[in-house]
Order: sequence, then structure tokens, then C-alpha cells
Amino acid sequence: MKFLISRLTSYLAVILFGITAIFFIPRLLPVNPVEAMLGRILSQGAYMQQEQVSALREVLSDAFGLNGSLASQYAGFLRRVLLTQDFGPSLAMYPTPVKELIAQALPWTFGLLLSSVLIAWVVGNALGLITGALPTRKLSRVLEGVALVFYPIPYFVLALVLSILFSFVWTVFPLTTTIRGVGWSWGFIGSVIYHSLLPAASIVAVTFGWWMLSMRALTETLMDEEFVIYARLKGLSNRRIILRYILPNTLLPQITFLALQLGLMFSGAIVTEIVFNYPGVGSLIHTAVLQGDYSLLTGAVSLSIVAVATLTLLVDLSCPLIDPRIRQR
Amino acid sequence: MRIKFWLGSAIVGLTVLLGPVAAMFAPQDPRTWQTYPRNLGPSLDHFLGTTALGQDIFWLLSWSVRNSLLLGVTVGALATIIGVAAGLVAGYRGGLSDRVLSFLMDGLIVIPSLPLLILLSALSKGQASMAVLGGMLVLFNWPFPARQVRSVALSLRERDFVSLAWFSGESLLRIVRWQLFPYLRNWAVANFINTILVVIAVESSLAFLGLSNDAIPTLGTMIYWALKYQALFAGRWYWIVPPILAVILIFVGLFLFSNSLTDRLRKHPGAAL
Repeated sequence: MKFLISRLTSYLAVILFGITAIFFIPRLLPVNPVEAMLGRILSQGAYMQQEQVSALREVLSDAFGLNGSLASQYAGFLRRVLLTQDFGPSLAMYPTPVKELIAQALPWTFGLLLSSVLIAWVVGNALGLITGALPTRKLSRVLEGVALVFYPIPYFVLALVLSILFSFVWTVFPLTTTIRGVGWSWGFIGSVIYHSLLPAASIVAVTFGWWMLSMRALTETLMDEEFVIYARLKGLSNRRIILRYILPNTLLPQITFLALQLGLMFSGAIVTEIVFNYPGVGSLIHTAVLQGDYSLLTGAVSLSIVAVATLTLLVDLSCPLIDPRIRQR
Repeated sequence: MRIKFWLGSAIVGLTVLLGPVAAMFAPQDPRTWQTYPRNLGPSLDHFLGTTALGQDIFWLLSWSVRNSLLLGVTVGALATIIGVAAGLVAGYRGGLSDRVLSFLMDGLIVIPSLPLLILLSALSKGQASMAVLGGMLVLFNWPFPARQVRSVALSLRERDFVSLAWFSGESLLRIVRWQLFPYLRNWAVANFINTILVVIAVESSLAFLGLSNDAIPTLGTMIYWALKYQALFAGRWYWIVPPILAVILIFVGLFLFSNSLTDRLRKHPGAAL
């Protein structure tokens, strides 16, 4: 119970911290978003009267919450964001509220992220377990080499390489995501899976190496533990030792790492989505950036912070369910 | 695991040769547009051809590698130094400074930095200098080393030899320098290299989105320009493939290098470099 309360407190603190950062960082910059945006609108060739410009400036200042003192701006911002999740209307797709746009994009990102993260986790841990338990096999060496090469490559580079290979050189996949079909028909589901394969593959390829390498390191240290040596002396099969003795002891750290990695993967998924034009939060952020849609951007960024913090919290809270020893904390 | 170390060093050496070293011999500033005829294929005059803007791709690439490495090394060094210092203070001194620093570390670690950086860059598009971006990257990257150093410092504090040094009247600075730091040196180098990787990845992601200052050639901005001028659709692979390959080489090389260091550290925990 004490653990739950302290974990919940830090969850709320982190969200508050992140949202405060979103509020203050733009204000610390020597750039005025309103003027920058006015400049962008005017440079796009739109001719405006002087009073129209100042009217627009008024509207923008209001939308950005830039009226009043810093303290009252901050209080207003917190109240709007925390209580009503209101980020105002989108400026590029006026007057659709930011909230609605994000709600449409969120399931896509979560579907892509969760499935690829889980696949990478399972594949990486399985391979890490095998290579760690049997380090002298040739296959283990090869697998380790593959993981070492894939792990450090940034998300967008691998996504670009995959899209060049499979959409240009060998055209099996489409370059951008255009999902066909309506509702929950098989055609629709098939289309979603087909279009999600490449983006998911690029996330899996980058992340499985991390799991494999850390699992291998964990397994290697466990192999030298006395209870494993005892099990081997008892004559238990390799398979039984790995599944019954090693695996349960490695799951907990790997699940804890999952929480830490989710934050990084979220950023990775955003970039991957942009490369493949996948209709999730990443593409939304990209559109917002291209069109200077400041309120959409703030909304999407706050949301990604809340999402990552929540996922981390869930993973942390599920730890005691997996390992009873955790409760003694 | 010698092979990891040597392969890593060889690749890193190659990128340094291709980047910072070669960049010194560039016949002219590769940033200038229309220096050469446009869209030339690779030839003896232009090893990798020219861009749609009339720049020599080879020299542009070497400038890009140089700038990307420069940003990575600067931010990596600063983040590691600040992180080690903050971690030592938090772990060794404890008390209030520990609580404040730990809160900052945890808060910054959980915040996904890329969306925030996207927000920041979008707001200051074209005006953010390398220094501002570098500062933000340091801000987001010091907590990782700090957290690990803190836990190491917490356990070292209780060791007998540290207490002995303390009771024999050694100053805090001398204890940190001579008793604690040798344990952290190897690890700090590995962390430094990993931070270089993170920084290059983030910078090139931002540039790829068209968010960094695209007048400064880096690997990311090079990919951005190539994509913007449809190098792929026009079949100009010699423009887009070299920066992508360079990114992959730098990452694999540096990672092999840092991984061989961590391996050694795992096998000989106290090993000084």
C-alpha cells in the first residue's frame, strides 16, 4: 500500500513536471510563437490589412494563453490541461478541437507501439536466453553479432532503409499508409496489418537487440549461480534448467526495463510513423510542425508524456504480481 | 571479445578520417550552392557526384560527419561530466541534495525528450543554433549517468577503504578523485560514447523532420535535403545512400567500441582503463 501511494505520487509529480516543462520551455526561448506564426502566415503570400493582422495577433495570443502575467498564464494552463484536457482548437484544421484529432490518432500509435514492443520483447528475450545459456554455439555468436549491429541504429534510419529496400528496390510494400476498407471487416483488418508490417518491423529490428543483449548478460551471470550449478549436477536437462531455473529469475528485471524503454520507444514510434506516413500521433506531430499548429503540438506532446508515464506506472505496478518478493519493499 | 574492440576502433577511425580529417582538405566550402553542375553521377572529379543544388557530395558528407561528431562529442562530454558530478554529490552526500537531485533525474528520465525537442525546434525553426540544441540535449542526457553513478556512490560510501580515507583526514575532493573515480572511469567512457550515439540520433531525427537549422550540414540535414529534392524518386542513390551508410557505420562502430568496454568492465569490475 505504501508502495502504491509513493508510486502514484511520483506518477503525478512526473506528469506535472512534464507539463510544466511544456509550459516554460517555449517561454524561455527568445522566440515569440505568435510573431513567428504571424510571420509564417504573412510570408505564405496572404495579404492582410493592418487591423486584420492585429486582430489575428489577439486571437493567437489568446489561443496560446499568452495574455496576463506569467503566474496567471501558468495557473490557467494547468487548469485547462489537467481538468478539462482542453488544448483549444487546432489552428491548422480549425475548428476541430485538438483533443478530437489526438483521440483519432491515439489508437493507431498504441496498436503499432504495443504490438511491436511486445514482439521485440518476446523475440529478444527468447534469443537472449538461448545465447546466454549456450554461449559457445556458433548460432549464438551469429545472433549476438546481428543484435550488436542492429541495436545502435536510430529508428528513422532503419525505417528509411526498409522503405527504400521494400518500397523502391523490391516493391512489395506501399510507400505510404493508405488504409482501405471500412469498419471492422476482414478487408480492413488485413489492410491495417499489411500497412503496419514495415513500420512495426523497423521498430522491432531496432529494439530486439537491446533485449537480447541485456537478457544474455542476465542469463550469463545466472549460469554461474550455485543453484544452477546444483541443478546441473542433479542431471536436469538444459531445457528444464533454462525454463524453470533461469527464466523466472530474469523476467523481473526485464519487465522493469520494459518500463524504462517504453519512453524511448514512444519517441522512436513517432519518427517511424512519420517515415511511413502512418496515421498516428507521430504523423499528427509532423503535420502540426509543418503547419505551425502550436496548440496541436502542445497537445500531442503533453499526451505522449502522460502516455509514457502511465505505461511506466502500469509496468511498475504489475511487478509484484510477477515476483512475490517485491512486496517486501 | 578483442574483435569487437578492434572492429569498433577501425570503424571509428575510418569515420574520423572521412569526416573531420578529410573536411580539412575540402577544396571549397561545400555549403555553397551551384559550385558545380547539378546532379552529376559519381566520377573521379566528384567521388560521390553532386547534389541537385550543385554541391560536391563527398565534401558535403565529410563536413556533415564532422559536424555531427562535433555535436555528439561536446554534448556527450558535458552530459557525462555533469552526470558523474551530480551522481557523486547525490550518492555520497545524501540528504537534501540527494532528494532534490534524484527528483530532477527521475523527472527528466521519464519525460520523452524527443517530442519536447520537436516542440522546441518547431518554435525556433531556423533560429536555434547548435549551441541551444546542444544545451537542450545536455539537459536531457545528464540524468542517465547521474542515476547510475548515484547508485555506485551509495554502495562505495559504505566500503571500508573509503571510510579509512575519510578518517585519515582526506578531503572530499581527494576521496572522490582517488578513491571513487577509478571505479567509474571505464564506465564513464562507455557512457560518453553512448551519449554521442544518442545525440547524433536525436539531432538527425530532428533534422530529418526539417526541424534543425538546415544551413549547417549534419548527417540529418543531408538526408533531409536529399529527401526534399526527391533524390529517391529520381534514382539519385549516390546522394541519399552515403549519409545513411555513414550514420549506420558511426553507430555500429561507436557501439562496438563502447560495448567492448562494458564487457571488460563486467569481467573485471575494478579495471581502470
